[in-house]
Amino acid sequence: MRNKFKAMFAAAAVATTSTSVQAEDKKVNVGILHSLSGTMAISETSLRDVLLFAFDEINANGGVLGKQINPVVVDGASDWPLFAEKAEELLVGDKKTAVTFGCWTSVSRKSVLPVYEKYNGLLFYPVQYEGEEQSKNIFYTAEAVGQQAIPAVDFLLEEGVKKFYLIGTDYVYPQTTNLVLHEYLLSKGVPAENIGGGSTKDSKGKVTSVGNYTPFGHSDFQQIVADIKKFSASGDAAVINTINGDANVPFFKEFAASGLKSEDCPVVSFSLSEDEFRSLPAKQLVGHLGCWTYFMSIDSPANKKFKADFQAWLKKTDVTGVVKEGRVTCSPMVLSYNGVYLWKKAVEKAGSFDVDKVRAALQAGISFDGPGGTVTSQKNHHLTKNVFIGETLENGQFEIIETIPNVVGEPFLKGTFEKK
Amino acid sequence: MTNKLEKSADIGVFIALIAFTIVFPCLNAFTAEGSAMHVSGFQLSVWGKYMCYAVLALSLNMLWGYTGLLCLGQCLFFALGGYAFGMYLILSIGESGDMASLPTFLNWDDLPAIWGPFFSPVFAVGAVLLVPGIVAFIFGFLAFRSRIKGVYFSILTQALTYAGFLLFNSNETPFGGTNGFTNFKVLFGADVNTAAIDQGLFIASGVLLIGVYALLTWLLATKFGKVQRAIRDSENRVRFSGFSTTHYKVFIFVLSAMVAGAAGALYVPQAGIINPGEMLPARGLDIVVWVAVGGRSSKFGPVIGAILVSLLKSYTTQVFPEYWLIILGGIFVFVVIFMPDGVVGLIKKVIALMKGDPEEIDENIEEETA
Repeated sequence: MRNKFKAMFAAAAVATTSTSVQAEDKKVNVGILHSLSGTMAISETSLRDVLLFAFDEINANGGVLGKQINPVVVDGASDWPLFAEKAEELLVGDKKTAVTFGCWTSVSRKSVLPVYEKYNGLLFYPVQYEGEEQSKNIFYTAEAVGQQAIPAVDFLLEEGVKKFYLIGTDYVYPQTTNLVLHEYLLSKGVPAENIGGGSTKDSKGKVTSVGNYTPFGHSDFQQIVADIKKFSASGDAAVINTINGDANVPFFKEFAASGLKSEDCPVVSFSLSEDEFRSLPAKQLVGHLGCWTYFMSIDSPANKKFKADFQAWLKKTDVTGVVKEGRVTCSPMVLSYNGVYLWKKAVEKAGSFDVDKVRAALQAGISFDGPGGTVTSQKNHHLTKNVFIGETLENGQFEIIETIPNVVGEPFLKGTFEKK
Repeated sequence: MTNKLEKSADIGVFIALIAFTIVFPCLNAFTAEGSAMHVSGFQLSVWGKYMCYAVLALSLNMLWGYTGLLCLGQCLFFALGGYAFGMYLILSIGESGDMASLPTFLNWDDLPAIWGPFFSPVFAVGAVLLVPGIVAFIFGFLAFRSRIKGVYFSILTQALTYAGFLLFNSNETPFGGTNGFTNFKVLFGADVNTAAIDQGLFIASGVLLIGVYALLTWLLATKFGKVQRAIRDSENRVRFSGFSTTHYKVFIFVLSAMVAGAAGALYVPQAGIINPGEMLPARGLDIVVWVAVGGRSSKFGPVIGAILVSLLKSYTTQVFPEYWLIILGGIFVFVVIFMPDGVVGLIKKVIALMKGDPEEIDENIEEETA
């Protein structure tokens, strides 16, 4: 036993302390930290693919500061403590990386944040999120609440919607988004009784939670849909939907079965993009709305080129685990892609891979003409970008019905709207 | 013969564990960065986590290997201990003046009342042991009094941990919802990002592992340990002999829960996060896999299993991110089919073969596993 233990120890020492420093001056290591297995793999592998595509594209055009990008892909495995461990590995392990692109869920970002702050690393985070955070070591190419939920509500108000029913999965993104929306709707003169889904107050009467919440993977929406039907009987209501993932299927089935139609009571969803419709049926969602800072259907030369190049890359790539058939592009993918180019431009402007210098360059404002239009980095580590509202089509695509250009990203919205 | 072998093995294990606990942090503190012998703070915290896992595996083996109770909810006790200590860690941030780092649970202005006592480190450390202990006592008392055993007990413990997951995952429960607690900054008044804290946590994990191993060794040598194993082998006979098996089982269940809680408390500052994901039924199964791989018929097997599997997971998610599940899965299948007594069982067999006396040792192994 003792010998076995020593052998193990030796093996472990080799595994974790290998000091082979590769003197590859022509390469720069760049980390990809996404879940390639576990519950989040279905969403996050698409981001790995688009990042590898962006790296190949940059390498083919001469790399960054004359260095070829060497991707270091690790698997966070939908395991949040493992995300922190992998982040540390990317920052101080054998292959030290200059920057990391990664994370999808808020909890994975919260898990790695202290690690990036400890080692002064740099992370680009690409997925719509709840805000209330601004780390000096993270750039949020993601949609903040003001770039998704608020433009969507503005659009509905213009369309004459007077009542809003809030529904979501019980975790931090829907909870925070709905609290912000509640304040925003009140500030726009929507009376409290026209905001459906219920609310919780603390002993002092302060609202602590707004909306109707269900656990992850919930399947029984009968009660909630009946409630919505009653709420929307007046014909001027809409549903703000922050339900996550596959729980959307039973919700929309129930919604359609109850006789509710998108013309009478549109549902605007913030967690369903083109990529989700690869695995979810879009049929029951036809006519309902989505709001993102990119849609695959954007008709611009930049987007056409991006889509064609990505498909061409998919055909010729030999990376293991890349699904080649039926691939689409979506907002989190494009925001990952934009992040890579913003980083590249910032490095070139700074003339260095040094995190402090790259950060300063990004804070000063770097613009990139991406597939969804021009994005510009801001001092607060968020992006100014265009917001689009789209109507879901049967094939899982969106028909763009409204474009709001150059919306500023602002993470701290809670408590900023005055009640009318 | 067996006793002699076991005893010398025990002494070997203690020496190895003590040496490891002392040498590893010394390599971190006294060797220059970049030298071949240097152990970085990152490796120290990774190995500290493995040792917490090893303690967790030992706690399961107390139940499974030595009492015949397959508990699938050991991760719940681990997480409860972690949460209790995590609450203290989060509140210490506030003490150092940085209130903004406190998690904004929903929209609350004040901390919920349940958080108040966790400002005290003494209370928090007490809660690390008592909360899992009390939960285990209530659950164990009800389950064992009703003579629930075998697969029914396993399923109930799995249901219990899933219930814990749903409770802690909800934002209505004032424990941070899905995100749980992260971004700890202070531990007992010291900055967590210092080498001394890394070393201290590693040594504490090592001491806990040695302590729990010693406790288990002692317990098995007592009359209690004999009754415990008798319950595993034939509970009815023990009951007919006049022992209240319920009391024995409740005691060992509570003890094992407290050990798991202590492991969780040391794990949290090293992992940097505690969230309801730790209570998922899959986590409970992970622990069972560790014990099975290491070998549940031996005291040291679970330690090897926990470290080996965690090491493989860390290594393969880094080096073979696309294949690691297949690699790990393949190993588990291999172990189940070809190494029913785990790694340690295999070693015992090899030793016996080398001594040219296979039958005698084989009998000993069978005696233990039966």
